[in-house]
Amino acid sequence: MNVLLFMLPAAILLAGVALAGFLWSLKSGQFDDPAGDAARVLLDDDRPG
Amino acid sequence: MAQDPAAFVTEAKGLRSLDVLVRGAKCASCLGRIEGAVGKLPGVETARLNLSTGKLHVAWRGVLAPRRVIEAVTGLGYGAAAVDAGASDTEKAREERALLTAMVVAGLATANVMFLSEPMWFGEDMDAGTMTMFRWLAALVAIPAALFSGWTFYASAVNSMRHRRLNMDVPISLAVLLSLALSLHATATGGAHTYFDAAVMLLFFLLIGRFLDARLRRRAYAAANALAAMQTASATRISTCGVAEAVRASDVRPGDMLVVAAGERLPVDAEVIAGASEADLRLVTGEVEPKATFVGQVLHAGAVNLSAPLRVRALAAADRSLMADVARLLEAGEQKKSSYRRIADKVAASYVPQVHAVALLGFVGWLIAGATLTQAAFVAVTVLIITCPCALGLAAPLVQVVAAGKLFKRGIYLSSGDALERIATVDHVVFDKTGTLTLGEPVLLAGEWSERDLQDAAQLARASRHPFSRAIVAAAGGGPAADQVSEHPGLGVEGKVCGRWARLGQAGFVGPKGGKRGLLFAFEGEPPVAFAFEDVVREGARSAIQRLQAMGFGVEMLSGDADERVARAAAAAGISVWTANATPQSKAEHLARLEAAGRKVLMVGDGLNDAGALANAHASLAPGGALDVSRLAADCVYAGGNPDAVVDAILIAREARGRMRENFGLAALYNLLAIPVALMGLATPIVAAVAMSASSALVTLNALRMSR
Repeated sequence: MNVLLFMLPAAILLAGVALAGFLWSLKSGQFDDPAGDAARVLLDDDRPG
Repeated sequence: MAQDPAAFVTEAKGLRSLDVLVRGAKCASCLGRIEGAVGKLPGVETARLNLSTGKLHVAWRGVLAPRRVIEAVTGLGYGAAAVDAGASDTEKAREERALLTAMVVAGLATANVMFLSEPMWFGEDMDAGTMTMFRWLAALVAIPAALFSGWTFYASAVNSMRHRRLNMDVPISLAVLLSLALSLHATATGGAHTYFDAAVMLLFFLLIGRFLDARLRRRAYAAANALAAMQTASATRISTCGVAEAVRASDVRPGDMLVVAAGERLPVDAEVIAGASEADLRLVTGEVEPKATFVGQVLHAGAVNLSAPLRVRALAAADRSLMADVARLLEAGEQKKSSYRRIADKVAASYVPQVHAVALLGFVGWLIAGATLTQAAFVAVTVLIITCPCALGLAAPLVQVVAAGKLFKRGIYLSSGDALERIATVDHVVFDKTGTLTLGEPVLLAGEWSERDLQDAAQLARASRHPFSRAIVAAAGGGPAADQVSEHPGLGVEGKVCGRWARLGQAGFVGPKGGKRGLLFAFEGEPPVAFAFEDVVREGARSAIQRLQAMGFGVEMLSGDADERVARAAAAAGISVWTANATPQSKAEHLARLEAAGRKVLMVGDGLNDAGALANAHASLAPGGALDVSRLAADCVYAGGNPDAVVDAILIAREARGRMRENFGLAALYNLLAIPVALMGLATPIVAAVAMSASSALVTLNALRMSR
């Protein structure tokens, strides 16, 4: 059962990493325009110039 | 519409930027075309369209005229108008972000606490030491997460208690905080059960509802603003040294000298200093017939200058630009609406004392039966947790989200949740005439004129902005314009039609013959021809009113226009009860009389003279073309102006109210089953978790049952 001592903190740490990742994505504006981002995938960005 | 985008440009370090609201852009190809076209303009460094908000942000260096940005977008067939950067919806955006963050924190905490709780539920051979470690870890995750993400509930609960009221956030906060405290106590003393999972799950479910609600409200707010931005005007100010500059209407200060060109709308209340023209007061008083202006006259914001430029002095800043009595009425209406109690708050007010009494009863009962203080407290707290208002807390917001989404798809933008509830209870509908039931624009009537007369008159009419002239042009279609045209404000136009002098205008200007309304047209030395006009009823108005009458609503028309016009429009729309010559004050008084007679009135109107009535009615709607004041005073704004939206709004609001009541019924039923279980001391953590998820799923599914 000693493995728990390592596993449980690791699991909680991972959740913390996920939370940090989310906060970063929110802050960097990735939730600002979901409709636009969905549409932008379809655009060719290799326009000349 | 008159708007100079130069007024909205901001500049920082040589980089000039402009925010443009784009209408009609929905797909990837629109996005590509618009960004492509604007990006090709000289000097443009950034052109980025946000499809979710419809805002195009453009930044450029150099001398590019802002007007060309707008033209690039409108040239592709989209609507475009410059807007104030940033000012509009940042507060709502911040609220939405905060709720999203809280929801994600609660969600992650729920997942982790669940994973720690499961072994506690099922691991029967777990030794006490391992169990305690699991509990401390759960506490470590749950307590900070619940304290952080539940903040909006605690603040609202404290606020409502301070006002000696009970809302749904009071039992929610109590359930969360008490279950955390109880669980912490059990963890420290080796007690039987902990409820960390229930506390964070409750918050997670409720926050999903709150977040969806906030997001939808922001979208509706943005959409309603977009309708308004398409018609906001800038103003032309004359500085002290005589230079004309474009400024935002909101930047006009009392005392500023402005020039209002023909066709422009007055951004603020102003006094006429020089010039003679005619003003279209449709949005101010509801009168279709334009009025001649005179020096010294006070024109209200929203009046449109028709024939010649006017020099005016601003009387008040844009935000206070109102007739004094309208301002008073708006204030009274605001107070009245804040006293409305929502269904959810009514339920909370009756539910909370009952549940808390039951909890107390359980506490005393178990003490009498010989339980220890801890055991009795445990039972009392589990009653509060298991009757936890998760289903109750979700019952109303979820229905509101679904209903507001339905309305949004139909182009009806709701301002608040309680507006939905108020619209559901109306039994009487009062319509404004001009612009609401009618097009607000005169249309040429058949009369004693020939097609030849019409074509000749249209040549002169093409040179004028007068609504009657525009009606003649609309009837005549395309064609040549007259030569050497001069416009005589308040009288008419004069010019050469096919080489002969002709006049189009009022009776005294053209010739003695004809009624006092309408226009006369004559070649020099010939007898005049009379044209008559009528403000026609909108398509769909008659059928919408028939539907309302069939549903048992009282329908009436209330207008500031003259008797005969109102009577004709009412007859055309199929309304038998009408009132003409109404002032803003008398409109509001009329509604108060109806209310005193026990009616719940829905007011539909768009003008400055309707604003007071809109604010004081039980519920109110404004078409998208309404003045800012009226749009803000109304509960709902509908795009397109088709009165059918009124019927749709009522039907959807009623369906929503039905679903809300069902949801509260379901939640009450669930509590009826759960309370005995908790009182018997059988509400183990797993029972609490399952019961909460099941009841929340039930009300969610019921809310989604609303037909799409």
